[in-house]
Amino acid sequence: MPFDLDTWVQVAAVSGSGFAMGLGAVGAAIGEGYTAAQANLAVSRNPDLSGDIFKNMLVGQAVAESASIFALVIAILLLFLDTGNASMVKAAAFFGAGLSMGFGAIGSGVGSGIPGGQACLGISRQPAVASRLTTNMLIGSAVCQTPAIFSMVVALMLIFIDFSHLPVHPTWAALVGAGMSTGLAAIGSGYGGGLAAGASCEGIARQPTSTANVTTTMLVGQAVAQTPSIFGLLVSFILMFKSFPPGEPFSTAMGLLAAGLCMGFGGIGPGVGNGMAAEGAVRWVARRMSHAGDLMRTMLVGQAVSQSTAIYAMVISLVLIFVV
Amino acid sequence: MAIEAGELVKAAAFLGAGLAMGLGAIGPGVGEGMVAAKACEAIGKNPKEAGLLTRTMLVGQAVSESTGIYSLVVALLLLFVV
Repeated sequence: MPFDLDTWVQVAAVSGSGFAMGLGAVGAAIGEGYTAAQANLAVSRNPDLSGDIFKNMLVGQAVAESASIFALVIAILLLFLDTGNASMVKAAAFFGAGLSMGFGAIGSGVGSGIPGGQACLGISRQPAVASRLTTNMLIGSAVCQTPAIFSMVVALMLIFIDFSHLPVHPTWAALVGAGMSTGLAAIGSGYGGGLAAGASCEGIARQPTSTANVTTTMLVGQAVAQTPSIFGLLVSFILMFKSFPPGEPFSTAMGLLAAGLCMGFGGIGPGVGNGMAAEGAVRWVARRMSHAGDLMRTMLVGQAVSQSTAIYAMVISLVLIFVV
Repeated sequence: MAIEAGELVKAAAFLGAGLAMGLGAIGPGVGEGMVAAKACEAIGKNPKEAGLLTRTMLVGQAVSESTGIYSLVVALLLLFVV
């Protein structure tokens, strides 16, 4: 039973919308639950401060929520957007946009919840530095949101750029791959950044004099942990803007889809691993400020090695796009 | 659209290469990160042994890296040999 193009574009838009919001709700819910759980612990330790802890919990949860709000925006856009002139390329772009935003919100949502929870615990332990903890929590969780923002940028580009002049085959695979690349790679970076930010809130509560060192180490560690998602964004841009001649063989399309999957999955592990390394370094900078330099050096060396697999994945993606 | 058998095999090889390297990168990435985190912890506890600990970390990471390199080799084989 053949369907017309309008139907296919609508099918892609509604299923993309479902993926965007369904997957996009996972991360923020887990992250906010973690924050609330730690806030409960914090209140039980120090019930007199329940007001401050409650306020900090809500601010932290609001930041974690933003990842799923991005997903909601994309889901609503896909549902109610006027599709204009329908084509199979547009259908692929809509589906890719939904995947990008849905996967991309998972890591940032979980990650942003960790500093929120640790800041609540920290307030119960060191009420005097409550405002410093909230500030550090906000800086850390804002950095965690960047992978989700990359995913939203890719999703918006897939929705609003007109690809319809390109040949359907293999552009469809390039656009779905572009969505998967940024979306999946964002999972690791978002979660990894959260691990580093959580350790820094815990560290400041333990040793308030170490704030400057701890925040610096956290930001350096988070920046390195973001790189896999930047690789993912790079591969997405290449897939979106490389033009393909009509009449490419079937294998080229599969190669482009594989390039997106390769960079996407390949970014998850190094993102989480870099975040773990930063977590360890930040935690111990707070305990031994005198050795902050040694710890930062070891963290960077360890992260560089962990990063290598993301670089292998990028190399294979680029070979799939440009060589074979 | 009729797809020839050779073309189908090539397409599957490309997809396999992408999945091999993509999924294969997850484990080493997380594992090496754990090693680095524990190395930082160990240096924090015993800063005098920083050199020895960094060396141990790098050797451990190199072993963990090997599965990532297997993935890379398999991906390259799928791309250029099969």
